[in-house]
Amino acid sequence: MTLQELRTMREAGKKAMERRIVEGKTIEIVVGMGTCGIAAGAKETLDAFVDELTSKDVKNVVIKQTGCMGFCHSEPTVEVHMDGMPDIIYGNVDVETARQIVHSHILEKRLVDKHVFDRPAKDIVKEK
Amino acid sequence: MALNNYCLVCGGTGCESSKSDEIYKKLKEHAEKAGISKQVQIVKTGCFGFCEKGPIVKILPDESFYVEVKPSDAEQIVNEHLVKGRPVHSLLYKTSDQVAAKSEADIKFYQKQVRIVLRNCGIIDPENVQEYISRDGYAALEKVLFEMTPEQVIDELKKSGLRGRGGAGFPTWLKWSSTRKTPADQRYVICNADEGDPGAYMDRSTLEGDPHSVLEAMTIAGYAQGATKGFIYIRAEYPLAIHRLEVAMKQSREMGLLGKNILGSGFDFDVEIRLGAGAFVCGEETALMQSIEGKRGMPVPKPPFPSESGLWGKPTSINNVETYANVPVIILKGGDWFASIGTATSKGTKVFALTGAINNSGLVEVPMGTTLREIVYDIGGGIKGGRAFKAVQSGGPSGGVLSAEFLDTPIDYESLTKLGSMMGSGGLIVMSEDDCIVDVVRFYLEFSVEESCGKCAPCRIGGRKLLNLIEKVTKGNATLEDIDTMRQISFAMQRASLCMLGGTTPNPVLSTLKYFEKEYMAHIVDKKCPAGKCKDLVTYSIDQEKCIGCTVCARKCPQNCIAGERKLPHEIDQSRCIKCGACYEACKFGAVLVS
Repeated sequence: MTLQELRTMREAGKKAMERRIVEGKTIEIVVGMGTCGIAAGAKETLDAFVDELTSKDVKNVVIKQTGCMGFCHSEPTVEVHMDGMPDIIYGNVDVETARQIVHSHILEKRLVDKHVFDRPAKDIVKEK
Repeated sequence: MALNNYCLVCGGTGCESSKSDEIYKKLKEHAEKAGISKQVQIVKTGCFGFCEKGPIVKILPDESFYVEVKPSDAEQIVNEHLVKGRPVHSLLYKTSDQVAAKSEADIKFYQKQVRIVLRNCGIIDPENVQEYISRDGYAALEKVLFEMTPEQVIDELKKSGLRGRGGAGFPTWLKWSSTRKTPADQRYVICNADEGDPGAYMDRSTLEGDPHSVLEAMTIAGYAQGATKGFIYIRAEYPLAIHRLEVAMKQSREMGLLGKNILGSGFDFDVEIRLGAGAFVCGEETALMQSIEGKRGMPVPKPPFPSESGLWGKPTSINNVETYANVPVIILKGGDWFASIGTATSKGTKVFALTGAINNSGLVEVPMGTTLREIVYDIGGGIKGGRAFKAVQSGGPSGGVLSAEFLDTPIDYESLTKLGSMMGSGGLIVMSEDDCIVDVVRFYLEFSVEESCGKCAPCRIGGRKLLNLIEKVTKGNATLEDIDTMRQISFAMQRASLCMLGGTTPNPVLSTLKYFEKEYMAHIVDKKCPAGKCKDLVTYSIDQEKCIGCTVCARKCPQNCIAGERKLPHEIDQSRCIKCGACYEACKFGAVLVS
């Protein structure tokens, strides 16, 4: 193996390893993966997030899964937490919307108005 | 679908022995069944360190820390957590107030640790070189081969202040520099992985969890010292570590990271594994080299030092596994960075294997200068069963025993030596009020006598004499003069032994005579063993008031020497009692008395 090959391998590997590391990542995307969510295509949504963030090389995002958020009528639901933005729940997030969330919400700090479903009310969500 | 979840399963020897391999296979199987095998990467890693709670499974990016996982839990982890995103609450680590820990940061065991040596343990798959490379693996080698001269490498180590982690604490740069300066046609580098102290498993875990870091460091050492050949001397009792090393060496050779013309730099270096047959003395460097040469493993006098005339008479440098594991990080982050961690004379971190009467036994890495109290109480979670702390033994059979008054001593090479113990390779055995110090010393002496190679008289004869005297103490037959004799023999052994095995054999005796004289006196003058461990000084009897006649003790007694009617107080036949203590442990009413 040459030096160049080693470096290429390290860079490629780092990208993959990056996703395993949680420290220092400030943005959190939480995808609802209850039975309702999965039936409505949450797996594809999650996949779209991973794909879009990787291709845009956005590093400081953690994608987590959670159970049913209780909004079964608007699945797949996705919650986004980031500094400088309110905590938002998006409803009916299909693959296209997922990509849109990455573009506007995460990269440009603009809400994807059409899909804003709810902001977790103070009385049902504990403050961090 | 793309990868999103990572499931790390501990593949250290401790967790493997409690079926982590089966857990790993079951997780894969269930992930396949649930159709998520492409979204979840299941990795078998090195040791997480928290061996007390093993087997451990960690899920990322959720950071869920599952403890004491059983193979039958795999299905639930996959179907609940990995598919539906609902952590399995019952398996999460619970803090002392019974709250489930959200991540490692909530676990006290990890809070004071700094991981340099164990940077990859529990994070990467040790059998996959690509994962090592992705964590800046072989970047130090690259830097050394293409940007640094051998002198610069040694200078960087000098700046770092790295000292040998095998126990003696000799400055690593000095060893490398003198080996380099000795003119020769061939030089050797050796990795000492003959970890033999009872209760120590730092090196084993490092090799199991991150074998490439040691291979990379040895190659760097070869370059810095002008050596083209390395040997790893490892105990045959470490099959998993040997297997992982062999896999790592094969991968490195295939990728051109070991062998001829490494990465096209023109530098040749290769490594060979030599298995030790389990003789403790072979951890001593001159005996180790004799063993590699195929001779009987016995020490030879120094000088000449290995850096002048070592393996087959050639200049050789021997470093411990942990010392090597520090090297790539020092090269990448710089010696100054490393020197900023630790105390004035001892830099960096130290890995300890924490065992004994402690709640959280496991593998811990802390900055030098951390106090024993922090290790025992904050990381170790205190003494098992809420018993009182009595002592901590550091440095294995060559080390000493420290009492409670030294709990606030910052740990570094100098402070431990000053107290009559030593850093040693890093075994820390914690003892509670239930342990008898004299009995512990007997155990270590027995070990050292057994392992003495017999070449020099002070070690061969002195060790045996010391053991005889200690046994006399445990039997209650010793006199106060015997204590003086023990001191004299110890003195002679320390000065006249050929190698450090004999020179340090008396350490447990001397340090306990210093800090636990009272316990010796109790054995010699009062003929009592306060902890109730020395069988000859203990009698078991049954409190006739407290005994309710449940018959449990009588049924547990291997000698059948406890008699009594049901529901009536029992009695022990002292003439047949072998003092095994089974009745004492079995009694739920505290009716068995030890005196």
